[in-house]
Amino acid sequence: MLSFVAQRVLKGVIVLLAIVVLNFFLIRLAPGDPAVVMAGEAGASDQIFVKQLREKFGLDKPLPEQLFIYVKGVVTLDLGFSFRQQAPVAKLIGERLPATLLLTLTAFAISLMLGILFGTFAARFAGTFLDTAITIFALIFYAMPIFWVALMGILLFSVTTDWLPSFGYETVGANLTGLGHVVDVVKHLIMPAMTLGLFFMATYTRMTRASMLEVKRLDFVKTARAKGLSDAVIQRRHVLRNALLPVVTLAGVHSGTLIGGAVITETVFAWPGIGRLMYDALLQRDYNLLLGVFVICSAMVLIFNLITDLVYRLVDPRIEFAS
Amino acid sequence: MKQFWKSMLKSPSGVIGLIILLLAISVAVFGPMLFPNSPWRMVQRPFLPPFTLSAVPLGTDALGRDVFAGMIFGARVSLLVGLVSTLVALLVGVPIGAMAGYFGGKVDDALMRFTEFFQTIPSFALAIVLVAILQPSIYSIVASIAVVSWPPVARLVRGEVLSLRTREYVQAAVVTGQSNTWIILREILPNALSPVIVLASLMVATAILLESSLSFLGLGDPNLISWGYMVGAGRTVIRQAWWITVFPGVAILISVLGLNLIGEGLNDALNPRLSREGR
Repeated sequence: MLSFVAQRVLKGVIVLLAIVVLNFFLIRLAPGDPAVVMAGEAGASDQIFVKQLREKFGLDKPLPEQLFIYVKGVVTLDLGFSFRQQAPVAKLIGERLPATLLLTLTAFAISLMLGILFGTFAARFAGTFLDTAITIFALIFYAMPIFWVALMGILLFSVTTDWLPSFGYETVGANLTGLGHVVDVVKHLIMPAMTLGLFFMATYTRMTRASMLEVKRLDFVKTARAKGLSDAVIQRRHVLRNALLPVVTLAGVHSGTLIGGAVITETVFAWPGIGRLMYDALLQRDYNLLLGVFVICSAMVLIFNLITDLVYRLVDPRIEFAS
Repeated sequence: MKQFWKSMLKSPSGVIGLIILLLAISVAVFGPMLFPNSPWRMVQRPFLPPFTLSAVPLGTDALGRDVFAGMIFGARVSLLVGLVSTLVALLVGVPIGAMAGYFGGKVDDALMRFTEFFQTIPSFALAIVLVAILQPSIYSIVASIAVVSWPPVARLVRGEVLSLRTREYVQAAVVTGQSNTWIILREILPNALSPVIVLASLMVATAILLESSLSFLGLGDPNLISWGYMVGAGRTVIRQAWWITVFPGVAILISVLGLNLIGEGLNDALNPRLSREGR
């Protein structure tokens, strides 16, 4: 178990380093002087700042040395300075990270729970009207662009009915504390989390349904049935448990898409997370900040993948940790 | 081939998908000829609600531009980007997967680590960074979508080639002294084609979604109107004018849905064994 974790962590670190190196070359892909590019449109006119950047990243030195300086910076969590926001990139990201984690994890939990629930229902009543209805809904949600779902949500629940707030993390100027504050944040969280969750819910619904129908035909289910177990017990203990394995794998694969979806969701709902930060960086062509967010997103995906790998091995005792 | 069309037309999702795709393609190809209204020109007063004037059936946006014209011209961009970026992704993914599967050993290891690396990077974030750095244009958008979508192709092709490589007819080709390139191109790849076609149809759908998301964030080609751009432009005025965001979104939804249905239909037709499984 321990050696497996160590191995996976090591692999993750190597991938992350590779991403940092990729980042280094990405900046040099942009047309023009990398120092000017990093400074962004606002900073580029400031000659002193550009000179500082050039010195700091050793841009007059040979490429390998530049790479070394850059990687060393990122490893010590120095992601550079955002001229636009007048703050270190690492600090900006640190401030926004909790909001993104709250949003993505809530969306993930919602999508997984509802997806498995609907998928199980569809499989249980395969071929009936209920199954067809769930399948069609899943297909439609799967084809909707996230930004559009977000806007339709706003149109329905904020503009037309005024049930839910359409933007932000909390009511500005309300200064709520304690339970009142929690309720306020939850109200603001519902729409973004549902928006982000719906697409993945559709995926998990389809996956759970397909996987359950697959497992249902296997011999051990026939054995269970022959033993006289009730249908409910068979569904829950035998079919669902085995059918969930591919769903867990899929959840790991999807972590990158989840982060990408968060960028869009946070942009539409003005949710103060790193996705929104990425959009701001994009608008201002603040490349230093943009690439900083990109590295942190990649790191989050790696950590998430590691966790799903562990969960997978816990759910499926057939896989040994040593491998 | 006849067999293929027969089973494709037997699957209801395949038929519905084909109809939708044909519609979308005809709109993209002939639409601009029939409705030559430029999507950029101001044709009426701003915020004209839909269904009030037959000349501008879907109303106008904040600048008085024809929403219907935008949707028709947007179809070109969406479909074109979807198809071309998928083609580019195939051109990258198929050779990498084929080489990894055929040569095995160290080549396989190296290529697969490379593929896995690209698969770990959050794809939409990478696409954003790439388009932002290369400057938004139809070329940078196609390139970045291709960069983030080739890894699944490589993995799929590798798996197929790996199993085909040990078949007797391939061994026979090796014994007769055919070159590796010839064996891969003429003997192996044609037989690995059907799952790739299924994947490709789904990739076009994903590419359309990606393009619309990029355009929505303001990373679209500034010279081309696209559905994502229209939704993004209508976002700030959604309280006054719902139609500017609703209609282009429906267009995206329908095209993506159509392609996904085609993917399912193709899956049923080409891989009858797997047709029970969803994705």
